[in-house]
This record gives sequence, C-alpha cells and structure tokens, in this order.
Amino acid sequence: MAKKSVRQAINEALASEMRRDPRVVIMGEDIAGGMGAPGEDDAWGGPLGVTKGLLGEFGRDRVLDTPITESAFIGAAAGAAATGLRPVAELMFVDFMGVCFDQIYNQAAKFRYMFGGKAVTPLVVRTMYGAGLRAASQHSQCLYPMFTHIPGLKVVIPSSAYEAKGLLIQAIRDDDPVVFFEHKAMYDEEEEVPDEAYTIPFGEANITREGDDVTVVAFGRMVQFANQAADKLAKEGITCTVIDPRTTSPLDEDTILEEVAATGRLVVVDEASPRCNMATDISALVAQRAFSALKAPVRMVTPPHTPVPFAADLEDLYIPGPAQIEQAIREVAA
Amino acid sequence: MQLSREDLLKAYRQMKTIRVFEERLHDEFATGDIPGFVHLYAGEEASGVGVCLNLNDNDYIASTHRGHGHCIAKGCDVSGMMHEIFGRADGLCGGKGGSMHIADLERGMMGANGIVGGGPPLICGAALTAKTLGTGGVAVAFVGDGGSNQGTTMESLNLAKVWNLPVIFVVEDNGYAEATSSSWAVAGDAVRRAAGYDIPAQQVDGHDFFAVNEVAREAVERARAGDGPSLLHVKLSRYYGHFEGDAMTYRDPDEVSKLRQDKDCLDLFQKRVNEAGLLEPAQFEEIDRDVATLIDDAVASARAAPVPSAQDLLTDVYVSY
Repeated sequence: MAKKSVRQAINEALASEMRRDPRVVIMGEDIAGGMGAPGEDDAWGGPLGVTKGLLGEFGRDRVLDTPITESAFIGAAAGAAATGLRPVAELMFVDFMGVCFDQIYNQAAKFRYMFGGKAVTPLVVRTMYGAGLRAASQHSQCLYPMFTHIPGLKVVIPSSAYEAKGLLIQAIRDDDPVVFFEHKAMYDEEEEVPDEAYTIPFGEANITREGDDVTVVAFGRMVQFANQAADKLAKEGITCTVIDPRTTSPLDEDTILEEVAATGRLVVVDEASPRCNMATDISALVAQRAFSALKAPVRMVTPPHTPVPFAADLEDLYIPGPAQIEQAIREVAA
Repeated sequence: MQLSREDLLKAYRQMKTIRVFEERLHDEFATGDIPGFVHLYAGEEASGVGVCLNLNDNDYIASTHRGHGHCIAKGCDVSGMMHEIFGRADGLCGGKGGSMHIADLERGMMGANGIVGGGPPLICGAALTAKTLGTGGVAVAFVGDGGSNQGTTMESLNLAKVWNLPVIFVVEDNGYAEATSSSWAVAGDAVRRAAGYDIPAQQVDGHDFFAVNEVAREAVERARAGDGPSLLHVKLSRYYGHFEGDAMTYRDPDEVSKLRQDKDCLDLFQKRVNEAGLLEPAQFEEIDRDVATLIDDAVASARAAPVPSAQDLLTDVYVSY
C-alpha cells in the first residue's frame, strides 16, 4: 500500500465519488482557480492544492469555482442537495462560517425536520480548521463545537490520511448534511492509504492505543499528540487507551463510557476554545453516566480562552501539545 | 400571449383560494387556536399566481415568511396546509414546520422561510440542479422588499449571473418591511440594482395579474432558454399586518380600505375578464362556492385532526444517525 498525504487522500476520495456518481459536484473559491483569468486553468486547485487535478477529469460543469460569496454558494449547495445533486462545497476556512452560517444551521440542517421528514439533503461542507500556520485569529479556529451543537448536522474530524479518505467517502454517500473538518497543519502528513474506495462509518470511535490506566479522548490533530504522549508514558508503565471519536455528531458515547469504566480516569484533549467545547461535552457525559467509575477528577486539555494569536511564540503556547497531555495524564494517574 | 380560458379559470381559482384561505386564517387566528406566528398574503395574490402559472412541477420556488400564497400557487395541498398551520400530525410537514416552514418538495415548493433573505441562495442551488442534470426546470426566489436588502439576495444575484443560472428573482414590494417603509429602507430600487448585475429586470404593478403573468412569462422563457436570471420588482399591497396581531399603527388608518376599494387584484381580474367577455359570471360564482367549501372543509378537518404524538418529537432529524 502506498503512503499518501492527507491532501492526496481527500483528493482521491473526491475523485472516486465523482467518478462513481454524476450527481456529485464540487464548488468553492478557487477550488480550480483561474476562471476568467489569462493564465492557467486549475491554477490553484484549492488554496492548498487539495482539489488540484479534478478540473481536468471532471470539467467546469462539476468543478465549480465561485465568487467570494459564501452565503450564496454554501446556500446554493444546500439548495442543490435538496433538489437532487450531491454537492461538496468548500468553505475555505471554517472561520468564514460567520458570513454563511444561516444557510447551514437554519436551512440545510433543518429541512428534514421542518418539512416533516420529506427532505433529503446530501450536502458536504469541507472546511479547514485549526491553529499552527501563524494564520492568526480569523483563520485558525476550531469551530466544530458550534456545528456539533446543531441538530440535523453531522460533524466529522479525521485524524489522519487513512481516516480522511474513508470518512469523506462516507460523508459524500451520506444522505444528511455533513461538515467535514480538515486540519490545515495536517495536509502533508502521510500514511498508508488504499487506492480503492472505502468507507468508515460515522459514530464509531477508533481506539488508537490500548491501556489500563487512563482513557484519553482526543479530536483531529490532537489524536496524534495524544498518541505521542501515550507512547512516551507507556515506557514508564503508565498505559493509556486513546479514543478518536472520528465524529462529534453522531458521538460514540458507548465506547467512551466503556473505556472510562475500565480505566476510571479520563483526559479529554480538544483544540477548540475551552468553553462549551467537546471537552466539556464529554466531561459532562462521563459525569452524568460514569461518575461512579471515576477514580480521579476529569482533566481537560484545551487552549486558553483567547483568540488564536499571531506571533509564533504565542501560538506555540496556545496550542495544546503532547507535553500538556502527558502532564494531565500524570495528574489523573497519580 | 393570450391566456386560455382554462388558464384564466385556474388563475382565478388560485387567487380566490389564497384570499379566502388568508381571510379565514385571520379569523381563526383570533380564536387563539393557531399556534405561533402567521403572516398573511391577502392582497398580494396576483403576484404569486401570476408568476407560478408559468411554472410546472419540475420547477422550484423558494418562498418567504409570507408563504401561504406561494404554496397554493405552486400547487400544494390546501387542506394539508391548513392542517400544518394548526400544528396537526397529518399536516403537510407533520406539524413540525408550521406557517413559516410549509414546504412540499414534490411540488417544487422549497419552503416558506423564517429567515428574511434565506431563499435566494437555496434557489440558486435548485437552478444549479436543473442546469447540471438537464431537467429543463427553472427556479424562482420570492423575496420581500425587506429581503431585497439582505446580503444573501445581493450575493445570489451575482452568483446567478456568474453561473448563468435559470433563476427568476421576484421582489414582492408591499411597501413595508415589518413596520418600516420600503421608501425609507431601500436605497435606489430593485430594477436598477439588477441592472448593476446586467440582469434583465422590470417593475410591474402587482395588483394586475395580467401584467405580472406577462413579465414573468418572459423571464421564465429566458431562463428556460438558458439565457440566465431575471428580476421582477412587483409593487403590491398587503391587507393585514406584518404578522397577525400587528395593529398597523404605522399605516394611514384608511390605507387598506382604499386599497381594497381601488386596487384589489381579484376585482381588477374580474373586471378585465368581464369586459373582454372571456368568462361568464356564473363561472366565477361556481369557483367562489367551491373555494368556500374547500376552506370550510379544510378548517373543520384541521380542527378535528390528531396532534403529533410524543414520538414525533424525535423523528425526522436525520435520515440515519
């Protein structure tokens, strides 16, 4: 099996589903690039090259560059999904949700319920999130808790290239609106990824490390940091179960509760701002349903309650890393 | 183009159905038995019907919070609508949408919308589907004068033009966005705004069914021919408040009675048809009787219909979860 980057894995998922189903179209700002300009077609292939090459295979009718009007084209993707297409729209940075959120959370998310179960809205919104590229406060946030909050949306946060391909294919084949989060610092990370199409079901957590002492739940890029911390501590005899829930909605509550019941100790690692994030959500879940199993207080590893800073030294301080996770594990294991 | 007698009868039946539906809702709402917010379309019938007479089930519309008229004009089941507005389990949306979210995708009705300006982006998507799959369909976004100011509408005009989509934007300007006059709130005007996007646009008297129907036909033909979006600025009047319960203290006390006297779209329709000798008075009377019965029956059956069950609270959120 060949090693592929997260970027390649996502590109392959899009290409395979576009080949498989003519109703799949992709749209977004400069997902090809070069529209109306004198230079090359497919000039960008997305701001970080994720959709590069799809224009050549599928043409302008299915690879739709848009003006910078997120409300119009995210809404158009929702309307197209409700009327027979299976669009994958790229919201370049999730921070831009502020200029189009109505079309996602009031429109697409609620069609099915408001219309008495008669609407099917197979929409995927791919979006880039996360800190680490010195992109500052308006291009670095982890806003998945805000989408997770909305009934009617599914929220996916892949933690690696293999995960990204399988989860994106599942998202495109899924009949509900899905928001798919891609960490901007992970596109070049590689691992073995099959050439053929495969799906990873939603709501089924992946256990990336097995251990007896502490359960660690982490999301997206934080999964690899949690794995690093777990691997280091294992050498000292502290073993961790690391859970990657893969999707925050639906959330695999059973796996989390079972593993906490087994270890009695929980650390939740979340790159999102600390109030009302996935760490608080899972802490509440465990407090409510596994309280008697807990041998120590739950620890949450998150950034501080600040915007994401620009300066490199400040951003490095902001992002939760393996050292903080290790520290939290030691504290609950003590 | 001359409308057939069949078209005229259909148009009158729909306009009359909307009028009686809305006037009856005005009375029923006053009993306290209808939950939530209700925004009535009475007075504006010539617009929805004039536009939608050019459409078929293959075409889509997106509506506004003032959506009952658009639903009826697009062919939604009238009794199912009444049941929905009463919050009944067998309403068009199972009682989960209500007045502000009535929809019937099978009839190409993408929903009333509780968000002012919510519809135009969605209708660009319906038009994209039609274009991509080659269905031959067109898509119509109704917005009010208030909605015409929203960024979503501006963005959608731009996208529809850039993507050359088969869209018709219908700005129904009833003079008031809630309690604020469009003469104050709308800078410039809709036709000149559309011209800024190189989108063909016309203003039309929305009290005149024939005028609306004619300009809408041109716009729909343009869209079906692949020649892109159009905009209609329809000047019309609403007979009731922004919502039921609105005392309308922002209007002249005799404004509505004058409009009913001089500009009523049903009166103008009948006068025009009678003068041209196109329909017999007995044909209008027959439709009036049918409509009265239809609405009476719809209200009676809605009142008697079951409310949703407790289990219905949790269903229809996802296809699978």
